[in-house]
Amino acid sequence: MAAYRVSPALQRVLHAVKHASLKSRCCVVIGRAQYSTAYDHNEKTFDKILIANRGEIACRVMKTCKLMGIKTVAVHSDVDASAVHVKMADEAVCVGPAPTNKSYLNMDAIMEAIRQTGAQAVHPGYGFLSENKEFARRLAAENVTFIGPDTHAIQAMGDKIESKLIAKAAKVNTIPGFDGVVKDVEEAVKISNEIGYPVMIKASAGGGGKGMRIAWNDDETREGFRLSSQEAASSFGDDRLLIEKFVDNPRHIEIQVLADKHGNALWLNERECSIQRRNQKVVEEAPSMFLDPETRRAMGEQAVALAKAVQYSSAGTVEFLVDSKKNFYFLEMNTRLQVEHPITECITGLDLVQQMIRVAKGYPLSHKQEDIPINGWAIESRVYAEDPYKSFGLPSIGRLSQYQEPLNLPNVRVDSGIEEGSDISIYYDPMISKLVTYGKTREEALKRMEAALDNYVIRGVTHNIPLLREIIVNPRFISGNITTNFLPEVYPEGFKGHPLTAPEQRELLAAGASLYLAAQLRSQKFLGDLRVSSAHQERKHWELCVELDSGVHMVGVSRSGSTYTVEVDGEKVEVSGDWNLASALLNVTVNGTHRTLQCLSRSASGELSLQYLGTTFKLRVLSKLAAALSKHMPEKVPEDTSSILRSPMPGSVVAVSVKPGDTVAEGQEICVIEAMKMQNSMTAAKTAKVKSVHCKAGETVGEGDLLVELE
Amino acid sequence: MAALTTVRCSRGLLNCLKVSFQTSTLAKHRAPAVARSNFLLQSRCYSLGHLTVQERIEKKRSAALVGGGQQRIDAQHKRGKLTARERIELLLDHDSFVEYDMFVEHRCSDFGMQADHNKFPGDSVVTGQGRINGRLVYVFSQDFTVFGGSLSGAHAQKICKIMDQAMMVGAPVIGLNDSGGARIQEGVESLAGYADIFLRNVMASGVVPQISLIMGPCAGGAVYSPALTDFTFMVKDTSYLFITGPDVVKSVTNEDVTQEELGGAKTHTAVSGVAHKAFENDIDALLNLREFFNFLPLSNKDASPVMECHDPSDRLVPGLDTVVPFESTKAYDMLDIVQSIVDEREFFEIMPNYAKNIVVGFARMNGRTVGIVGNQPKVASGCLDINSSVKGARFVRFCDAFNIPIITFVDVPGFLPGTSQEYGGIIRHGAKLLYAFAEATVPKITVITRKAYGGAYDVMSSKHLRGDVNYAWPSAEVAVMGAKGAVQIIFRGKSNQAEAEAEYVEKFANPFPAAVRGFVDDIIQPSTTRKRICRDLEVLASKKQSNPWKKHANIPL
Repeated sequence: MAAYRVSPALQRVLHAVKHASLKSRCCVVIGRAQYSTAYDHNEKTFDKILIANRGEIACRVMKTCKLMGIKTVAVHSDVDASAVHVKMADEAVCVGPAPTNKSYLNMDAIMEAIRQTGAQAVHPGYGFLSENKEFARRLAAENVTFIGPDTHAIQAMGDKIESKLIAKAAKVNTIPGFDGVVKDVEEAVKISNEIGYPVMIKASAGGGGKGMRIAWNDDETREGFRLSSQEAASSFGDDRLLIEKFVDNPRHIEIQVLADKHGNALWLNERECSIQRRNQKVVEEAPSMFLDPETRRAMGEQAVALAKAVQYSSAGTVEFLVDSKKNFYFLEMNTRLQVEHPITECITGLDLVQQMIRVAKGYPLSHKQEDIPINGWAIESRVYAEDPYKSFGLPSIGRLSQYQEPLNLPNVRVDSGIEEGSDISIYYDPMISKLVTYGKTREEALKRMEAALDNYVIRGVTHNIPLLREIIVNPRFISGNITTNFLPEVYPEGFKGHPLTAPEQRELLAAGASLYLAAQLRSQKFLGDLRVSSAHQERKHWELCVELDSGVHMVGVSRSGSTYTVEVDGEKVEVSGDWNLASALLNVTVNGTHRTLQCLSRSASGELSLQYLGTTFKLRVLSKLAAALSKHMPEKVPEDTSSILRSPMPGSVVAVSVKPGDTVAEGQEICVIEAMKMQNSMTAAKTAKVKSVHCKAGETVGEGDLLVELE
Repeated sequence: MAALTTVRCSRGLLNCLKVSFQTSTLAKHRAPAVARSNFLLQSRCYSLGHLTVQERIEKKRSAALVGGGQQRIDAQHKRGKLTARERIELLLDHDSFVEYDMFVEHRCSDFGMQADHNKFPGDSVVTGQGRINGRLVYVFSQDFTVFGGSLSGAHAQKICKIMDQAMMVGAPVIGLNDSGGARIQEGVESLAGYADIFLRNVMASGVVPQISLIMGPCAGGAVYSPALTDFTFMVKDTSYLFITGPDVVKSVTNEDVTQEELGGAKTHTAVSGVAHKAFENDIDALLNLREFFNFLPLSNKDASPVMECHDPSDRLVPGLDTVVPFESTKAYDMLDIVQSIVDEREFFEIMPNYAKNIVVGFARMNGRTVGIVGNQPKVASGCLDINSSVKGARFVRFCDAFNIPIITFVDVPGFLPGTSQEYGGIIRHGAKLLYAFAEATVPKITVITRKAYGGAYDVMSSKHLRGDVNYAWPSAEVAVMGAKGAVQIIFRGKSNQAEAEAEYVEKFANPFPAAVRGFVDDIIQPSTTRKRICRDLEVLASKKQSNPWKKHANIPL
């Protein structure tokens, strides 16, 4: 259809549309930059760079290119035709249909785009082709600069087995494990027993937590081996796996390195990335509270030693596991720009993308090790379109019906590649943005993160802000006592949202009652209608009933101007605000404390959905009369969910292991759903006979779709 | 006619009585103690038997307040239903209800009905007027605890009284239906009562808004009163509407069907299209009705209401620039567009589960009520078929009758082809929507978001049907049909169809052919749509247009 729309006049219309939104986007982007490095426009650089990626990282790279005066080329799949990164680029080329292996991983199409646009260099971002040695080789063959390390380093570090050997040789501490590819399930079990449980099974070509499983016994080893190899095959086209000792109670701390083609290498301090779920990072910070200067230097020096051992150039990250005694073990080296690079940029003032481009152009590093500071503290929250109440985050999809980044707050940086109206689809990573706050101290950065999360408006998709907001106020997190097991340890029963203290609950109830009344009062304000009763007097006091979860609270409210005094559970709470019912953010002052709430929905029957302290609470506000009468209302019976299996997320069915008539045991796998490149095994909730199967392998399913019915 | 006159006379009489009772109650409250004792003395003079008039008044009043008695009230509650009075209290503003005819009793003397224990002051319906958010409304609420809410002559007379007054002063009528049907003991008098109500429903149609909320059974002839009103809402699980119940169905057609399947809320909101919306329970329904009421003008002589609005009228909606997919075959949700354009994303959808290929409902633009009509590409590509045409037509006519501007969002591939549609009379039914848009004289604003093909383009509030402001988005394609079909006709037999198709697309699959002819007034950037519509509505607020004189028009029913 894109081809249909080429009539010149129509294009002018489209261009005007595109141009207008592009302009506003640029301002925002520039407003976000927080670098102290200078952009020397006399230093000759590339004229045009193609960014072989999408989403926030493509936008991030283009931002620096614009600052450096370099023209940018975006590549995109057909569904991304109006994506932000496409609008931001000077030129855009469609490289195929939505599935990544046909577009963003389609080397032929991307090579063609390079030829067509005359781009001199390619920035691969992260993921996709960023650590693909074949891609780097093909670029080299056509004399196009790959903005990243050379093929040799990618190959050496990309292979977990080889990288471990090189690390050992470079005198970098490594974890005990099996230095080789595991052939099959039985060998996996044998090796696991030799190393001793727990073990980690991971894809040799992997990264980013994909194709990675922890096993605590033989059964889990078998299952993990199978799932990991499938995931590895679909994500990286390489199903080789390896097994190593799993370090218990570890921290994940990584060192950012930067090296040039002249043998210089720097370490740009560490990032603490211990807060993870299913081995994917959720909250990162720089620096780490745990490291003392000696450990930091030791880790930094080993990281640099490793980089030098493989003649590394460009930016890279050396990941370490650090145990409670500050012993650190080399995990892997990521030969690309890391997702969480902004926090390093915040504390060092360096623009890493600019440095990568300079290095790729052949310039020596302009900094020395002693020039690299730790200025202040930066925290990054990965805001995902996922439901944190399901295993700390299962992907969700949808259209961002409302979207507002908290850029009005100071020292907030948001790296995103979406805007209001964008679709979060099943084809790509469900990341919405990286929300970074920066402060002189960790405490200041955390306070700003709280405010930023409260002011972040995301509607239309389920998001993980409830979880992020909870992590950053958790006492254990604040004290710095964290490991990679933080989430399962703090929430052994799974994440359940913010637990309200008694004063918080009163605050919430009071805010809910006040909002309800503000809306009620407004619905009596007819403009210019003379037929409203003159006898109708505005009341000053109300008796209301507020339901929260299963609790019912009688509250008395009196109003003076825009301040409501709410008597709730025997205490007086004063709530004032401007009560703008159209605004997504509800700024109120509760007993003198400023709070930002969000009203997600408000129904005529008194239901209120309020986001308070990150978590969404469902309230129901009723008049005393309606509340008294509601006891007569019939209870609606919810459907029995133990005998039906619904898809917990949108995705595609990889395998169905049962057919009607089969008997399944509780916990037995029924089918596997793949979403966002993660395979999720769906299991039976009870022992029963399979009544009917409503899905088949290869099918796409939506959230809540019926998969299998049990008897 | 004679009977009707009698009814009217007796009503006049009752009215006088009511006035005098009201003054006496007032006197009771305000008069000083001396005057009060005088009054009691006086009334004692007229007393019969051992009770004074005052005592009898009090007795009747308290009897009226409990309807059929505590036992039946408990039974009503046990069914998950509220009583007639509880419903009125929830629906109306606090303390605003003014009751009429509390002392009316049925006049039947057959089958032992004349016995004292069979007389209930007020009979089986509570009537009167009150306020919803300060605005006048007339209400009747059938009392299931008195003879199962059955309709007696007196019951009908009470309803007719408030309807007559509602028409005179120009205020909406809300009926809360909960009735077993005709009062069989009264025979034809009950039937006459229904007819009296039907007649008033018809006379009031287009004069004042009429709303029915079905909160219990409503069967037999009784169903035609809700059917004649503008909106019929139902309560899930506790309300039923049918001509004949499951027993009669079984004996006549031998079908086995439950009440719920035959005439429950789900059936009527999704299958038959009889009801416009269903709510969870009584409380939910009444609270929603309050909100709904705020969208409506009080009568056909009042402008559509304007409420205080916090949503800026010049708000840009950036998300709209990308909402229409590039592939013209790909669906999107018209509700996304509607919600992001209207005030505070608030859209009161009418018939959300019926004929989902068209979306209709009320919203506000800069505070003023507007009616929204939109094709829904997500369902059946947004085509027009029999059901969606009828759904759209009835909504458009309501808006036109009550001065509510109509905003139409067009993405329509045409009328649905096929034998079932042709045999069902798509020609006749499709004509209704065309008719409704053409005759409407309220402000009409149209936005073509994507396809506007064929006859369906004409129908959807086009310039040719007196659309006041017609916009096209850059993605609009106004043409007789899609490229493929058109090429097959124009270039039949030619070999190079692909090239011809490209030429057709270049020529027609864009907004220009319509724009150069002035059939659309402007091609606008989608994100500015809200701003433009708000501005246009302000301009069109003083629009005056009238159709030629006629006794009444003849819509193809």
